[in-house]
Amino acid sequence: MSRVAGAGWLTLLYKELLRFWKVAFQTILAPVITTLLYLLIFSHVLESRVSVFNGEVRYTAFLVPGLVMMSVLQNAFANSSSSMIQSKITGNLIFILLPPLSPADFFLAYVLGAMVRGIVVGLGVFVVTLFFVPSLIAMPHPFWALAFALLGSAILGTLGLLGGLWADKFDQLAAFQNFLITPLTFLSGVFYSIHSLPPFWQTLSHLNPFFYMIDGFRYGFLGLSDVPPSLSLAIVAACSLLLSLTTLLLLKRGWKLRH
Amino acid sequence: MQALAGVSLAVEQGEFFGLLGPNGAGKTTLISVLAGLTRADSGSARVLGHDVVSDYRNSRRALGVVPQELVFDPFFSVRETLAIQSGYFGIRDNGDWIDEILHHLDLTSKADANMRSLSGGMKRRVLVGQALVHKPPVIVLDEPTAGVDVELRQNLWAFIRKLNRDGHTIILTTHYLEEAEALCGRIAMLKSGLVVALDTTKNLLARVSGLAVRLVAERVPGAWQSRVTSHEGRVFTLGIERYADLEALLAALRVEGIAIDELALVETDLEQVFLKIMGAGRALPGAAE
Repeated sequence: MSRVAGAGWLTLLYKELLRFWKVAFQTILAPVITTLLYLLIFSHVLESRVSVFNGEVRYTAFLVPGLVMMSVLQNAFANSSSSMIQSKITGNLIFILLPPLSPADFFLAYVLGAMVRGIVVGLGVFVVTLFFVPSLIAMPHPFWALAFALLGSAILGTLGLLGGLWADKFDQLAAFQNFLITPLTFLSGVFYSIHSLPPFWQTLSHLNPFFYMIDGFRYGFLGLSDVPPSLSLAIVAACSLLLSLTTLLLLKRGWKLRH
Repeated sequence: MQALAGVSLAVEQGEFFGLLGPNGAGKTTLISVLAGLTRADSGSARVLGHDVVSDYRNSRRALGVVPQELVFDPFFSVRETLAIQSGYFGIRDNGDWIDEILHHLDLTSKADANMRSLSGGMKRRVLVGQALVHKPPVIVLDEPTAGVDVELRQNLWAFIRKLNRDGHTIILTTHYLEEAEALCGRIAMLKSGLVVALDTTKNLLARVSGLAVRLVAERVPGAWQSRVTSHEGRVFTLGIERYADLEALLAALRVEGIAIDELALVETDLEQVFLKIMGAGRALPGAAE
């Protein structure tokens, strides 16, 4: 028996990973198939009707990075939020409240676990969609894509943790997801370029942080974006920092955890 | 709502300490404060000198808690559950100790079974195992034997006694008062958030003086009505001062022609003490502040 001080968060991360891996059909395969259905339907209906980036890119090639990022974001949120709410409702949260885990340990484990799940699902979607758009393998800016995938999944993992902490029942978490996360994701330019929108909706889209995640991530695949990727990166990084600090503060106070 | 009203008590290292009280007395809240699950509005709590808020890492390392609720993580097997719990305390390569825990809790054959497939009693024993994985010097057991069958309860207590002999401090809450009487060297009784008794088990038992007689009959003699301490159907419990009073009781029964179906002397037990103290319901001087 050997004791490594401060290493508890690694076990919590391992538990988070093992948790979704044990139900991989539900947590990895199912979202990949759902996203593939989006691709098949939207590309079939819109490929010949929608022009993006002045016709420089096929609609399906435009759509794929958006769908990959949407999968990353949604699954990162799903992982941390479902893990937290299940632990709260079943009462087994006590197993991680009793050990000497710090607020930062909690945060790191839950958010990294969510990031891993989001990115694994995103990779799965990417690999499958390559059959439809093989040219996407030649990514002009892979590190930009990676940076947005990491930051985007961290933000949604953090939001999932916050949602899971806040909600006292599944119903409340579903409201958080259906009235906040899903609209922000769907209205972020996954399925269209915001330049195709009327000016009012274009302006409104610029207030949606998810738009910058999708647009910046797409830049990594296509070399084209609605706004400069550096601006998107700055906004996404600022959002990530703000959310992380807020969550860490709430965890330190024991918000909804220690009464 | 105030769950604890100025509780002040110290448990010495190596003690087997009982925490008794009716539902809602504040036992679980007190344990939750010690474990850092609940934050006290005022005052402080320390485990082996480590403050549970400002030095929570060391206080939690020193403490193993068996929670009252039967909770488990349905994703994992028994062994995984124990290994993961060890890891939360930064402990690796804990297989030997986990094997020993599984053996003592009679769970070896279930080591690789998923938690969902276990009976309530088995899940309870895994909770005990989880509290012990990091070999804490202080072990808190909040109703650990609820739902555990008699034989396994005996095994569990033999294991906990061994841990106590090895130097672990044990704090126990239980509704089985005979368990507390047999195991605990000292007992605190809580009522409505107050410590209403705090003494050695021996001294507490001595608080209920005299003897009691359990009589099964149609009625008790008229002169003995005032001695009835409890009455349920044909079963009467009467208090007597000395053994010689038994002769007077028998004589009175004979004179009034009351047939005795059953008669037995009852020795003082913790239940009587508990009922007496809970009935009084005031904080004892020096026990609470």
